[in-house]
Amino acid sequence: MKWLYDFSYLTHAIHKGLSERFEPGTVVILEMVMVGVAFMLLFAVLGLVLVYAERKVSAVIQQRLGPMRVGKWGTAQTLADVVKLLLKEPLINKDADRFLFNLAPFVIMIAAFMAIAALPFAKGLHAIDFDIGILYIAAVSSLGVIGILLAGWSSNNKYSLIGAMRSGAQIISYELSVALSLLTIVVLTGSLQLSVIVESQADGWWIFKGHIPAMIAFLIFLIASTAETNRGPFDLAEAESELTAGFHTEYSGLKFAFFFLAEFANMFIVAGIGATVFLGGWMPFHIGTWEGFNAVMDFIPPIVWFFGKVGFMIFLMMWFRWTFPRLRIDQLLTLEWKYLLPINLMNIVLMAFLSLMGWHF
Amino acid sequence: MEETVYKELESEEYFINMGPQHPSTHGVLRLVLSLDGEIIRKVEPHIGYIHRSIEKMCEHDSYQQIVHLTDRMDYLSCHINNEAVCLGVEMGLQLEVPERVKVIRTIIGELTRLSSHQLWWGVMGMDLGAITTFLYGFRDRELITDIFEETCGARLTMNYNIPGGLMFDIHPNFQKRTKDFITYFKKKLPEYDDLLSNNVIFRERTLGIGNLSKEDAISFGVTGPTGRASGFSCDVRKHHPYSAYNKVEFKEILRTEGDCYARYQCRIDEMWESLSIIEQLIDNIPEGPYKAPTKAVIKLPKGEFYQKVETARGEFGVYIISEGQKSPYRLKFRSPGFSNLSALNHMAQGCKIADLVAIMSTLDLVIPDIDR
Repeated sequence: MKWLYDFSYLTHAIHKGLSERFEPGTVVILEMVMVGVAFMLLFAVLGLVLVYAERKVSAVIQQRLGPMRVGKWGTAQTLADVVKLLLKEPLINKDADRFLFNLAPFVIMIAAFMAIAALPFAKGLHAIDFDIGILYIAAVSSLGVIGILLAGWSSNNKYSLIGAMRSGAQIISYELSVALSLLTIVVLTGSLQLSVIVESQADGWWIFKGHIPAMIAFLIFLIASTAETNRGPFDLAEAESELTAGFHTEYSGLKFAFFFLAEFANMFIVAGIGATVFLGGWMPFHIGTWEGFNAVMDFIPPIVWFFGKVGFMIFLMMWFRWTFPRLRIDQLLTLEWKYLLPINLMNIVLMAFLSLMGWHF
Repeated sequence: MEETVYKELESEEYFINMGPQHPSTHGVLRLVLSLDGEIIRKVEPHIGYIHRSIEKMCEHDSYQQIVHLTDRMDYLSCHINNEAVCLGVEMGLQLEVPERVKVIRTIIGELTRLSSHQLWWGVMGMDLGAITTFLYGFRDRELITDIFEETCGARLTMNYNIPGGLMFDIHPNFQKRTKDFITYFKKKLPEYDDLLSNNVIFRERTLGIGNLSKEDAISFGVTGPTGRASGFSCDVRKHHPYSAYNKVEFKEILRTEGDCYARYQCRIDEMWESLSIIEQLIDNIPEGPYKAPTKAVIKLPKGEFYQKVETARGEFGVYIISEGQKSPYRLKFRSPGFSNLSALNHMAQGCKIADLVAIMSTLDLVIPDIDR
């Protein structure tokens, strides 16, 4: 059970086993394939679990039961939906730009894959530990907007185009706030490397250690990342009551499923970043010198901590989505450029000051 | 130099077909929007997609049958629509209906208004992106629908009023269930405020959007909560009381802002008024027959009769021209939705697409009422 608390035992064992049997070059390729397959499986499972969770959470909020018929408690409902989507005819409208139309869902998925690779899931369970981890994630996660713009443009549908344009304006704006709120914590850690950021939270999470600026940064991150994933109350790109389905109006079948999956994957990614930077990643919750309490917390494996925190963040986002009305595009941009961005910049200065004076814990 | 740059950036208007199948037109309404980017330059409603020539059908039906056509128009105010035709026919026959009928008609009418406003509230939230309100609205509406189901047997396209009175007496449970509903809904109505009215995003989306001045409201013939939100005192229940409305105390909700939020608040306040009207009447239903005796074949005397009532959407009028036959020579309905829709272009100009959706929600359009 040692590997459950430190995955490096497991990964090293696999690496050693492979190195004994194959050439070094082959080992690298094999390991890359293994990691890729693992992420694909993770995405598939995430899709299934999160769609089910979304439906159940919304059901609870809306005082209904949600899916109940397919499988026990409706657990097989998502599987049934996947099968339905796979069997559906992929329609392409006559005047669509076929190449870009087919490319768009993949661009979105690739962006999601690239971002998720840099997340530390547990101790030693980390695909790539870049020394510029946060910068990399901020850069890569904004690639997804290209997919949305391509989808909107190539569909040759005015609703799609309006949705894509809104989405472009939105993601480019909120990208700033996400990056700046993460930078607020980087000021404290002095490193962009995600594993270092996690390690620095061994004695307390940054949201507690960083005083008020860290909490402000967390709030801004929560708002901006919800906007970046195009989820309600910022789901202007697909605003079903205005633009029918926005940028993916013309998509059906598997390609639609890709957009759908990418939404949930992106939600997982931003929740993962938030959990890593603000809530201590896979670090357990510790209170000062309470030895007994801390020992109990340590007993819970890191991977459970990580997914628990991510689950909490995702639940918050779902809660937003199902209770708030949608913003209008100009209000959305006003919120970012007139409120979040100035507050964020001030917050960084404040945090730098705190850090300089050593007033944080 | 500057001029050439400006020319290159000049934008061009384009058209979008919103509907006939669109989530926020609530039916088969088609709007042709001229847009400049996201800004609306012109809205042109195209109607007629569910025209069923109800007025023409009325010319071949007996007066009892006509009643059943009206609840296919504004299906959310079905009892009030039925009442309008019944009152018109009774006016023609100079028939005095029993007091019991008047009171029951008023209670049923107010319950209908409540259920319509509940549905409108849910849909309004959904149009603005808060899907949860839809379920909440329906949750509370269900109770009224249950009462109606027990009373008249149907849950949609209900018929209870007939010329001369009611089809049958109220169910023994009616009073108890209605009172239960009032106590329940008085607790739930503040929840509506918590969820939408006081929400920052909701207020931002509705305050100062879709302004309609009192003068414009009058000249477009906008009635109902939409007109009253602009300060146009047009409550038929107050100005031309019918049934038992002259016996109850209630306020005519008037606001002066004329924006989406005023229209929203107007309807919320009307729900409180409806609750109070029902409360005043529910314990005081007089004993007596539930209908006045009428002949099997009703023949109105030669002449013209106009009866208007206040539905959940505004003034609904029935204009009957009779030649003394068993069916009218010509029958015209004045439906509130049609006039309210005519103000849409005026209100939406210069707004964004998202505002248009908010404006349409607060107009509370029911398309079968517009098309007839």
